[in-house]
Amino acid sequence: MSAAFDEKIHETLADPKLQLAIYKATGRLVEERRKAIEPDLCPDYQELRTHANAVKRHTIEHLDYYLEEFARQVEAHGGKVIFCKDAEEVADFVLSLAKERRAELIVKSKSMTTEEIDLNERLEHHHLESVETDLGEYIIQLAHERPYHIVAPALHKTREQVADLLTDRLGVPRETVIEKQTMIARAVLREKFLAADIGISGANFLVADSGAVVIVENEGNARLTTSAPKIHIAVAGIEKLIPRAQDLAVFLKLLGRSATGQRLTVYTSFLSGPRREDEIDGPDEFYVVLLDNGRTKVLADRDKRQSLYCIRCGACLNHCPVYRKIGGHSFPWVYSGPIGAILTPQFLGVRHEPGLPFASSLCGACAEVCPVKIDIPRILLELRAEVKKAEARDGEGGLERLAFRIWAWVMRHPRIYEMAGMVAASLAPSTGGGWVRNAPFEVGPLRAWLSQRDLPPAAPKSFRQMWRER
Amino acid sequence: MSRETVLHKVRMALGRSAGQSVDEPLPVRLLVPEVDIEARIQSFCERIEALAGKTYRAASAVDARDYVSSVVAGRSAVASNAPILRECGVTSLPGVQSGFTDRDELRAVCSTVACGISGADYALADTGTLVMLSSRHEARLISLLPPVYIALVARERLLTGLDELLSILPHPAEQTSSMVLITGPSRTADIEQILVRGVHGPGEIHVVVV
Amino acid sequence: MAARVSLFVTCIVDQLFPTVGVAAVDVLERLGFRVDFPEQQTCCGQPAFNTGYREEARQVARHFLNVFAHADYIVVPSGSCTSMIAHHFADIFEKEPENLRRARELESKVYEFSRFLIEIAHVEDVGARLEEVVTYHDSCHALRELNVKDGPRRLLGHVRGLELREMDAAEECCGFGGTFSVKFAEVSGGMARTKIDSIVRTGASTVVSLDSSCLMQLQGALSRAGLPIRTMHLAEVLASR
Repeated sequence: MSAAFDEKIHETLADPKLQLAIYKATGRLVEERRKAIEPDLCPDYQELRTHANAVKRHTIEHLDYYLEEFARQVEAHGGKVIFCKDAEEVADFVLSLAKERRAELIVKSKSMTTEEIDLNERLEHHHLESVETDLGEYIIQLAHERPYHIVAPALHKTREQVADLLTDRLGVPRETVIEKQTMIARAVLREKFLAADIGISGANFLVADSGAVVIVENEGNARLTTSAPKIHIAVAGIEKLIPRAQDLAVFLKLLGRSATGQRLTVYTSFLSGPRREDEIDGPDEFYVVLLDNGRTKVLADRDKRQSLYCIRCGACLNHCPVYRKIGGHSFPWVYSGPIGAILTPQFLGVRHEPGLPFASSLCGACAEVCPVKIDIPRILLELRAEVKKAEARDGEGGLERLAFRIWAWVMRHPRIYEMAGMVAASLAPSTGGGWVRNAPFEVGPLRAWLSQRDLPPAAPKSFRQMWRER
Repeated sequence: MSRETVLHKVRMALGRSAGQSVDEPLPVRLLVPEVDIEARIQSFCERIEALAGKTYRAASAVDARDYVSSVVAGRSAVASNAPILRECGVTSLPGVQSGFTDRDELRAVCSTVACGISGADYALADTGTLVMLSSRHEARLISLLPPVYIALVARERLLTGLDELLSILPHPAEQTSSMVLITGPSRTADIEQILVRGVHGPGEIHVVVV
Repeated sequence: MAARVSLFVTCIVDQLFPTVGVAAVDVLERLGFRVDFPEQQTCCGQPAFNTGYREEARQVARHFLNVFAHADYIVVPSGSCTSMIAHHFADIFEKEPENLRRARELESKVYEFSRFLIEIAHVEDVGARLEEVVTYHDSCHALRELNVKDGPRRLLGHVRGLELREMDAAEECCGFGGTFSVKFAEVSGGMARTKIDSIVRTGASTVVSLDSSCLMQLQGALSRAGLPIRTMHLAEVLASR
């Protein structure tokens, strides 16, 4: 584990206000989801999950076919598809289009994919203003931070902090009433929407048979982003495909319920191509950027490619007892929580933050709630094995490896195992049967254990001894 | 740019070759329950009201127009070119501007008026959803820019839910560049999970079932 | 003739909580089973497997396969170790066809203790008595990998004098997680304390679970907090009279 990871975790745990904020927000989302999937409201919830998993599996296993089908359909409706292998290619495309069209202002709706490639920073570096318009994302952008949560990016910000940010960045009088803060943002962003040359959105789904980009949201900022400017660019990972528009019947039901407990979010936009000849409004140009950025690497691993089924609902974060302790910013990349713990090592390599796959008690709550049934604990276990392999290759982690080698040897030799147990018991402090608070030699794992809780006293006899003496 | 590079990498990862066919995908899963029209209307109205939207069941075209008139209450409004609005007389209400075909003109009006009025192509009973297809009759911004939004939906357009919509409209892209499902007023809970309505879209929504 | 049951007592029970093993034997024998304890047994290999040391896990798992080669039923007083044997042995022997076959054979023979009582012994009332208000902690692997949820509660429901009070976070992890508990000690400790808050809210004097590792975590944290709540393995409750 890197020192930075350790430090962030410690900081988050030591901040009671932040702990409360995380618990309240995730707890509310857990509760909303629970209500929304109750059998009387959603009797076929489990069948929906099974079906969604099967559709995603089919799509991912034939991804090349659906990508081509999608591109054909987008083009048939007058749009353009741009395949990009990495962040730089996306930025280059947007910059050159902006230059050609003399664009100066971009409005953006929420997209984890553009966060992944730091698109705003790349554009601003070239003096192109790019404004986030989802309220949470806008706050995060003003604060120069990363989203704290896949669906609730500003989950960690209190109204006081938002008040300071608005005053500091926009020069407005300090305002701590949330409704009024929201209206300040509305007014500022409304001006941006009406002045913007380009709107950049993400995509929740790409529909192959329609060449359509599907976006779900509650605020209306994604609709504005994709309707007000004359150019709409959707940026999406290549894994976002589903075969048919009719498959949305399954995915939309799962996404809203899993994310926020909504049967449907307020707005669901199904967008295909620029505005048609007889339509009154909508963009004149429609581009879909399909991003690889490491996804094909994930795709190449038969066991772990299911990681690409993810529909970014955030349910695994809300239900994860580790996320609920360490929060979103402890994670080393934009994707946090259980899904982040499996995506990050696959995208950035297992050595990027080798501690990450180990930051889980493997409780399985994530897999239990995943709407597309990604077996996150199993993938974490695979990644742990990969980390240990990489460490061995690089000549690291020798002490732990040696310990496990000795351990495995002892476990294959029952007599030695028994003797080792007796030696350990004889070294334990005598507490008269009470639990142990301090050990005479607090080292390594023993010290770590005792830093948080007491240790059981040594048993006078092992079970096998008692069995023999029966 | 990298079209062939990316597609090639995808095929390599999957062990597939260019142009290779696919197995049949799973049959689609669309379940359309039998729900009579009265129950549909009731569920639709209940759902919208649960989301703090207002509903009104109009007995006649005149009734619908009078309701719309009471909501607009003398404020400025923009109406779409939907036939149902003309038929109900909504477009001739005082203060209501209509008949726009130019994008820039429409946008300028939408960004200043108090109310937006449109029809709805369909409505979904089980979620309280309005379905809007962009066309020469319906623009995107009318249901989006003004702070108050009023939609008129003909009762025979009330479907049971999303599954029925997608079974009668399996390929929305053949008809429109934009199909939007609207379920209640615009909302956010991004600051401390406090619900605020009307963040970017309309905070007030009225649905008239005609 | 009485059915023969081979007890895999688990290393943690063998070394730290032997009374759990004694209780399990007691309950099984009272129900008329012939209990066998293969003395060559040690561990299932889970600590290495969960820490990423697949080869070390495999070595220990091979030993397990040998020791329990001739078992009719293997009963384990742990959901976690049962799941390791029933589910993950197949993963680690992916490339060893013979061991994979042996592992698959075990899958149908290995039973978590409470499930054995319900599904094989067909009992819910084992004649136990314990005057105690208890709350039940669902251990994660029993709950999510073995689907053990109602069984232990039904068994507890038949214990005379016992009152079961559900906690609001019964299904939330205690924070143990094997080496996670020391690699991320602060997080693990925090999870235990959150769990304990939920336990305290029930007013129960005892926490019951079917994994000694969860109970070690919870008892360790309860003891550190100075709370007068004790932990008991389900087998110990069912052996009480």
